[in-house]
Amino acid sequence: MKFIKPAQQNPIDQGRVVGKPTTRIDGPLKTTGTAVYSYEWKDVAPNAAYGFVVGAAVPTGRIRSFDLAAAQEAPGVLDIVTYKNAGPLGLGDFNTAPLLGGPKITHYHQAVALVIAETFEQARAAAGLVKVDYARGEGVYELSDQKDSADPTDAAPDSSQGDFQSAFERAAVKIDETYETANHAHAMMEPHATIAVWEGDELTVWSSNQMVEWGRQDIAKTLKISPDKVRLVAPYIGGGFGGKLFVRADAILAALGAKLVQRPVKVVLQRPLIFNNTVHRPSTIQRIRLGASQDGNITSVAHETWSGDLEGGGPEASTQASRPAYAGENRLMQTRLAVLNLPEGNAMRAPGDMPGSIAIEVAMDELAEKLGIDPVEFRVMNDTQVNPDDGKPFSRRKLVECLQRGASEFGWEKRPSPPASKRDGRWLVGMGVAAAIRGGPATKSAARVRLESSGKLVVETDMTDIGTGSYTILAQTAAEMLGLPLEQVEVRLGDSSFPVSAGSGGQWGATSSTSGVYAACVELREKVRMALGLNAEAELNFADGSVSDGSAERPLTDALATGPLEAEGEIDFESRGDDHSYFTFGAHFVEIGVDVHTAEIRIRRMLAVCDAGRIFNPVSARSQVIGGMTMGAGAALLEDLHVDARQGFFANHDLASYEVPVHMDIPHQECIFLDGDDPLASPMKGSGVGELGICGVSAAIGNAIYNATGIRVREHPITLDKLLDQMPEPV
Amino acid sequence: MIQDEDFKVSRRGVLLGGVATTAIASTLSPTSSAQTSLPQVEPVSLRFTVNGQSRELMLDTRVTLLDALREHLDLTGTKKGCDHGQCGACTVIVNGQRINSCLSLAVMHEGDEVTTIEGLGTPENMHPMQAAFVKHDGYQCGYCTPGQICSAVSVLEEIKAGIPSHVTEDITAEVGMTNDEMRERMSGNICRCGAYSNILDAMSEVAGEIA
Repeated sequence: MKFIKPAQQNPIDQGRVVGKPTTRIDGPLKTTGTAVYSYEWKDVAPNAAYGFVVGAAVPTGRIRSFDLAAAQEAPGVLDIVTYKNAGPLGLGDFNTAPLLGGPKITHYHQAVALVIAETFEQARAAAGLVKVDYARGEGVYELSDQKDSADPTDAAPDSSQGDFQSAFERAAVKIDETYETANHAHAMMEPHATIAVWEGDELTVWSSNQMVEWGRQDIAKTLKISPDKVRLVAPYIGGGFGGKLFVRADAILAALGAKLVQRPVKVVLQRPLIFNNTVHRPSTIQRIRLGASQDGNITSVAHETWSGDLEGGGPEASTQASRPAYAGENRLMQTRLAVLNLPEGNAMRAPGDMPGSIAIEVAMDELAEKLGIDPVEFRVMNDTQVNPDDGKPFSRRKLVECLQRGASEFGWEKRPSPPASKRDGRWLVGMGVAAAIRGGPATKSAARVRLESSGKLVVETDMTDIGTGSYTILAQTAAEMLGLPLEQVEVRLGDSSFPVSAGSGGQWGATSSTSGVYAACVELREKVRMALGLNAEAELNFADGSVSDGSAERPLTDALATGPLEAEGEIDFESRGDDHSYFTFGAHFVEIGVDVHTAEIRIRRMLAVCDAGRIFNPVSARSQVIGGMTMGAGAALLEDLHVDARQGFFANHDLASYEVPVHMDIPHQECIFLDGDDPLASPMKGSGVGELGICGVSAAIGNAIYNATGIRVREHPITLDKLLDQMPEPV
Repeated sequence: MIQDEDFKVSRRGVLLGGVATTAIASTLSPTSSAQTSLPQVEPVSLRFTVNGQSRELMLDTRVTLLDALREHLDLTGTKKGCDHGQCGACTVIVNGQRINSCLSLAVMHEGDEVTTIEGLGTPENMHPMQAAFVKHDGYQCGYCTPGQICSAVSVLEEIKAGIPSHVTEDITAEVGMTNDEMRERMSGNICRCGAYSNILDAMSEVAGEIA
């Protein structure tokens, strides 16, 4: 089904199920430990052997030789996979670095061997006996050192409008500042894990992966087999945040290992390996220049960004955050990409927008202060209903409403002025604001729905639920479309034998996958009509387990006289984007306390007001937003993968030294969604919010720290050592 | 020459301190040139009680309590997030006290009583804390959730028992069932999805009921 916009009145508008706050249908399984994650499928491979990964101990160079004798002879060892016995491997479309290294080493902790044994303990012990002789190569690891060698990139072309240079020179009030963001780790709680089973030439992997179809294709490509021979199963995924968008070493090594030892093999990436073995959000250096008239109208915007990646990798496209943000006729957007020999950089929750939002939203705060205009008012003044980047009107942009509602709910009028003027005991207290802006993409998504003789409606799609709430919103969609109670819908996800969905990434999952189920349900409704001989012209009304064409009302089960009714459908958004720009918007408000003596920073309150059109399930959507706020708090205050330029790796590669927020770091969080639909977005009339919450929030925290202390820190994370020598004298 | 290069790298790694040492130990081979294989580990018998049931296992002495539960008793509700005591996903209750089961060898638990997430409740008959997590959406991906719930149940017991924490202002007074007491005690359980605010709501509801 092609999406023709705007969406007309449709059964979703009834709002009997969709849009109602609904606790997750997978909740009882997840809270009782009965949801099964990738490493836990006992019945499919009761005799699985255990693989333990050995990571490269050099960042670049070559393997001269292996000495595997001691490991091979160790008790329980079945065999060892290395590049020498793996056979030729391809490179997945979505991988920059090969998932099995050797003889060339591309990055530190790149997998070089998989030791397979009868037990986990045997495999781990034997892995310690694997002897690798490396010829270490040269490498570069610091973005700041390579900045001048960075090149433009096709992945994020430069653009300009008007004449930035002269407009900026003429601007009455301006800022020109440089911001830095750190390397971030996804650090999802479930490590990457796979069980691989071969039956003849057919491979099944139970593998923790956000994008089932991309995964199936890339596993096939890497192993040089037909995609038809690969099945990928991932009904439960212990978090991803982009780190599981693509196939990783666990899947490829498990498949190679299972082939080698002729029995199923299970592999989990050990936690201290994950940070350098997999991917991360690359650090950035960003220069922002903003010029405005004396009365606060922005006339010129320049956003330049630098990041690094392995040869052939991509940029952290931070200018994305500035492109649609605010008015300003004269614009310059530049992206530069340096080659670094660090582990592979790749997408992490709101790639580009998240670090970009730190720069532009702190810069907005700085310019507002210079102008003497309240930062909420300054953003309102420079709102635009047309995307200044492409000239298209936004399908829906309620940023002003989000800012104004948030200011009123949060008590923004009590913001201390001037900075560093409010004390509460030993705390200096301040407030900060920032806009949240993130694209609202939608992409092709298919599903199968089946009305079974028991009256149960089964939904099958290869869509994933990585904590996003997919199970529940898809069940809500199907229940709404067929007029059934939620309890009568069973949703089966994450299996490549199901129709191909949009998958989970880029905030496109919710609107695309529900629209796919909508499309399948439209087909099923027609099959019900035909089975019951209902009026072909009439509008059908499905409610309370019955269907009516206005003259006759029949129980749905009557349509099942000849057996279950099944339909497949697919939504296609190809023509959606030609004349509108699709984004989601919000406003973050944060109150911070900074200890006047120690500069310890504590978040006291957080509020996000968000708008994305119809919110399919306010319960899980709110959790997505506060989850983004929490991760953004980590980026603002804690998270920093430290580059050790001597070793060529991230030094703090475990959960003790890469600090993510814990309970004590996070206060009560509020999230308000504005009412309203976006019929231009999808038949569901709304967009996802999985990445909206992380955009802007780190800037709001930084702006609050400035308001509390009068200290502007432009290098995130803002740790207390960056404040301590500038703290105002305690009074 | 090659040996020297390897030795240099690993010694430098050791000198870098704790974090790097962990990494080097798990990725580099031993620096000794005398490469001997490992001795066979003789299994040891273990009898303990898990979720009220007596269980007997013959185990490699290197098996952690976590892996005994997951790999030998098929109780996969207890999760392995880091295997290094850094994330709390493996939290279980042993003799009434919560522990990180990854930091404890199974054979140390002869005669112990272990309660896992499966022992607290089932999808059809949830423990009040499990039900409160569902009601308040105190989870997203669900992977840290069993550990959060085992910790949450124990934290309320610890506060009731008057055990002070880092944020207890007066350790001679009764410990209050406050938000900060709960947050502080839960801080060993990481939730990367960021459900902390909701988890606190769930705990507060259960705390209110038991108060």
